[in-house]
Amino acid sequence: MIRTHLGKDLLYFDGGMGTLLQSKGLKPGELPETWNLTRPDEIIDIHRQYFEAGSDIVLTNTFGANALKFHNSQYQLKEIIEAAVGNAKKAASLGVHDNRPTYVALDVGPTGKLLKPMGDLGFEEACETFAEVMRYGEEASADFIHIETMSDTYEVKAAILAAKENTNLPVTVTMIFDEKGKLLTGGDVPSVVAMLEGLGVDALGINCGLGPRQMLSVLSEIMEYASIPVIVKPNAGLPKQKDGEVYYDVEPEEFAQTMEEILKLGASAIGGCCGTTPEHIRAMVQMAGRRTPRPSVPKEDTIVSSYGKAVVLNRKPVIIGERINPTGKKKFKQALKDHDMDYILKEGVAQQDKGAHILDVNVGLPDIDEVSMMREAVTELQSVTSLPLQIDTVDIRAMESAMRIYNGKPMINSVNGKQESMDAVFPLVQKYGGVVVALTIDEDGIPATAKGRCRIAGRIIDEAAKYGIAKKDIVVDVLAMTISSEPEGAKITLDALRRVRETYGVCTVLGVSNISFGLPCRPVINANFYTMALQNGLSAGIVNPSSEEMMRSYDSFCALMNYDQNCEAYIRKYGAQTEDVPQKPVRAASSLTLRDAIEKGLKEEAHHKAAELLKTQKPLEIINQYLIPALDEVGKGFEKGTVFLPQLLMSADAAKIAFAVLKDSLEENGREGQKKHKIILATVKGDIHDIGKNIVKVLLENYSFDVIDLGKDVSPETIAECAVKEDVSLVGLSALMTTTVVSMETTIKLLREKKPDCKVMVGGAVLNQEYADMIGADFYGKDAMQSVYYAQRIFEC
Amino acid sequence: MDVRTKEAVRYLGYGNHAIDGRTLALIASSFQELETVAGRRVIYRIFDVSVESEDSLIIGTLKIKSKNLGRNLKSCDKAFLLGATLGVGVDTLLRRYTLTDMARVVILQACAAAMLEEYLDNCQEKLRHEQEQDGYHLRPRFSPGYGDFSITHQEEILRMLDAPKQIGLSLTDGNMLIPTKSVTAIIGLSRLNIPCHIQGCEACEKYDCSYRRKQK
Repeated sequence: MIRTHLGKDLLYFDGGMGTLLQSKGLKPGELPETWNLTRPDEIIDIHRQYFEAGSDIVLTNTFGANALKFHNSQYQLKEIIEAAVGNAKKAASLGVHDNRPTYVALDVGPTGKLLKPMGDLGFEEACETFAEVMRYGEEASADFIHIETMSDTYEVKAAILAAKENTNLPVTVTMIFDEKGKLLTGGDVPSVVAMLEGLGVDALGINCGLGPRQMLSVLSEIMEYASIPVIVKPNAGLPKQKDGEVYYDVEPEEFAQTMEEILKLGASAIGGCCGTTPEHIRAMVQMAGRRTPRPSVPKEDTIVSSYGKAVVLNRKPVIIGERINPTGKKKFKQALKDHDMDYILKEGVAQQDKGAHILDVNVGLPDIDEVSMMREAVTELQSVTSLPLQIDTVDIRAMESAMRIYNGKPMINSVNGKQESMDAVFPLVQKYGGVVVALTIDEDGIPATAKGRCRIAGRIIDEAAKYGIAKKDIVVDVLAMTISSEPEGAKITLDALRRVRETYGVCTVLGVSNISFGLPCRPVINANFYTMALQNGLSAGIVNPSSEEMMRSYDSFCALMNYDQNCEAYIRKYGAQTEDVPQKPVRAASSLTLRDAIEKGLKEEAHHKAAELLKTQKPLEIINQYLIPALDEVGKGFEKGTVFLPQLLMSADAAKIAFAVLKDSLEENGREGQKKHKIILATVKGDIHDIGKNIVKVLLENYSFDVIDLGKDVSPETIAECAVKEDVSLVGLSALMTTTVVSMETTIKLLREKKPDCKVMVGGAVLNQEYADMIGADFYGKDAMQSVYYAQRIFEC
Repeated sequence: MDVRTKEAVRYLGYGNHAIDGRTLALIASSFQELETVAGRRVIYRIFDVSVESEDSLIIGTLKIKSKNLGRNLKSCDKAFLLGATLGVGVDTLLRRYTLTDMARVVILQACAAAMLEEYLDNCQEKLRHEQEQDGYHLRPRFSPGYGDFSITHQEEILRMLDAPKQIGLSLTDGNMLIPTKSVTAIIGLSRLNIPCHIQGCEACEKYDCSYRRKQK
């Protein structure tokens, strides 16, 4: 069993396969995996050479063998993989003469596709693609699964889950980092290590991309975070080109010498990647011999991560943004009911801009499908922010669903001391990884003493250990109770914070603002309590980053406690303010009218003027007298070629802000305004370029249309279904390229069939009137304003 | 105004019109912001070119039917296949601003396009220098989607370059490059130094295009 040797004995992988195949006549573009069947002797020969050179592990010739990459109708994936494992096993019997244990690892490479939301491959589809290969690999008796050359954390997560859910084989993973220690998709070393360890791989490391020398600094960083055995498989240097051929020129001796340095840093399994040969492996084995590697040291950092960023909770206090939560927020609740994803996303980016490090995500509401909403919110948030997320729900299905599709190692809110809660949550953390918030409450409620809460924390930590969940992945919430009903509440909480830190050395988290519930001027109490909590050992406050008071507490605490070196962050943020207390800017009365402000695209002025006009005029009057004429004017200018797209959109954004001011007033007076006409917008199936559609959306919304934005790469069925369900009489479709105009045509046909009374307008770079007629559209909009005019004609407004 | 700013202004549809100071300032700050997220990467390899007939040629293992490309590669016996990208960070940034500021999205998008072209120009200049020492001259770069050179060739080009692994450039099912700010291109190599006055935008036959580069 490989597990008994990993990390205990120095293990040697094999070296490059592609280079050797080419020397045996593999042509560029030819699928190397077919050689398992067509030229098995050559494949066996290469594996045998590696075993003879001293490799303990060889990788099967299956790097690109997956349904997405491997298109060859002549051979079944299954027979390729069976043959590949068979070839490697046979080579072991031929090439190993000293009775050392050998292993055949099923080699799994990337699909070559980018996953959603960056690309168009679905997460579950990726899982299934890997699962197929892995099942075949296990059936063919591969000893373990080696997932390698990965540059996307999301894809690697899909591969690991596929392995864990479909096989019983050990799993090792290596990824490609660049010299700066980054993945192509932006991930850094701590985020990758945290996620991989959370998912329970047996070993992790780095391969390809770099030569051994360039890997040294990346490896040092990996060693700083990794608690499990580390694999290193460099190329034979950086790629060079001559006469159209790519080659690598680090010779075996030099390679072996640098690998010795790599061993010193703590790698416990080494091999080679592109450009390395049996000679490289032989030189390495001869130099390093059979020995015990440096033992892995468990690391104590508490890390949550996203695809691009790791947040370490134990080195410096962090802020968890609390705003994505419907509790007590009427607008947020409405947004959830209306499935207004943009509203949620805006809350996310606003908190990021204000300085949040992690975003809490709570979308629970009695009458919505929380599982699908949570899944969608997490996916969408991860497409606009790289901040790690805290999945906050009491619905265990929603929790699992979100943990599964989360890209990174999430924070989970929460588990508590009740057995039932721990029985439900810990298996999920064990499977998907995560840092879990532990509430100090159990079957008997919340203990009234700090000691009692501390005891529950201990019990939760012990129970987690049974699942192999380390203490560093538990963050204790000792709970803040409002002082308006619990006079000793703050004191107990602060005491409990300190005790938990001292007793268990774990990180802590607290919903800070609970403390002032029922009191006036809550920010004052909150901010002071926040400082006190930080002083008593709070690692992560769940706070509102838009609250200036809270941020001042945080920023001062970091400056005072030397978390903010040389007060740099503090000076950057507050240096420009001359007064002790920042003043709200006093707005000089400007001579601009609301109409001017919109025409010039000045957002702040538009906001200000709209609010000012509201004092004397009714919202509808303001819309008709100022807003609409301004928009019309800009629209006309755009048509004439005197106003350009950026200006048109600046005006649109300014108008939007003015509308928002007026809308609040309309709602306060119990009037929602007139019923809006619904329009569906979508970028068609196969097309991922949606900027044009988004421009049209902003303008249509300006003119008070209710836009249902279905997004990009939308199937004809989804569009037709929505048109029927929402009884929509106008659909706008966009496409960028000739290849996707085909799906535009299909969509129109389906709409004609399912919703014959619905009009279709089309637009996009590749279209013209002739094309639009050909595919049966009702209208071709050559620019965004045309679609507004057409919509107005259709609805006669 | 530097070249990339000029190009960004053109992509924004200003044609010969003067641009206002505010938009110009937004362009400058957009370039700045892009610099913080862009991960420029390029991969290129040289392949042999053989011209079968006027509209049919083979580059390495890639068989292409295209009159326009045929003309572009006239007298070339080799060609670079090239892929370049600004990385996924730019796409994330664009999505983020789509929520709050469409004007900025439009400007960022134009600036990203200009930045990518500038990067390609710089890469090409380096290659030109290298190749001239070997007696080869570079033709203007030509991308799938130009004229009758079909974008369905993207898949094979990416495979020949091993682009997903090398620079993180891959393809959707609809043959679109992702990250979206990416380019693949062919750059012919010829022993003959034929001056090429017409390249890129000007070579296109869509004369009524509002984004067309204006000749001085």
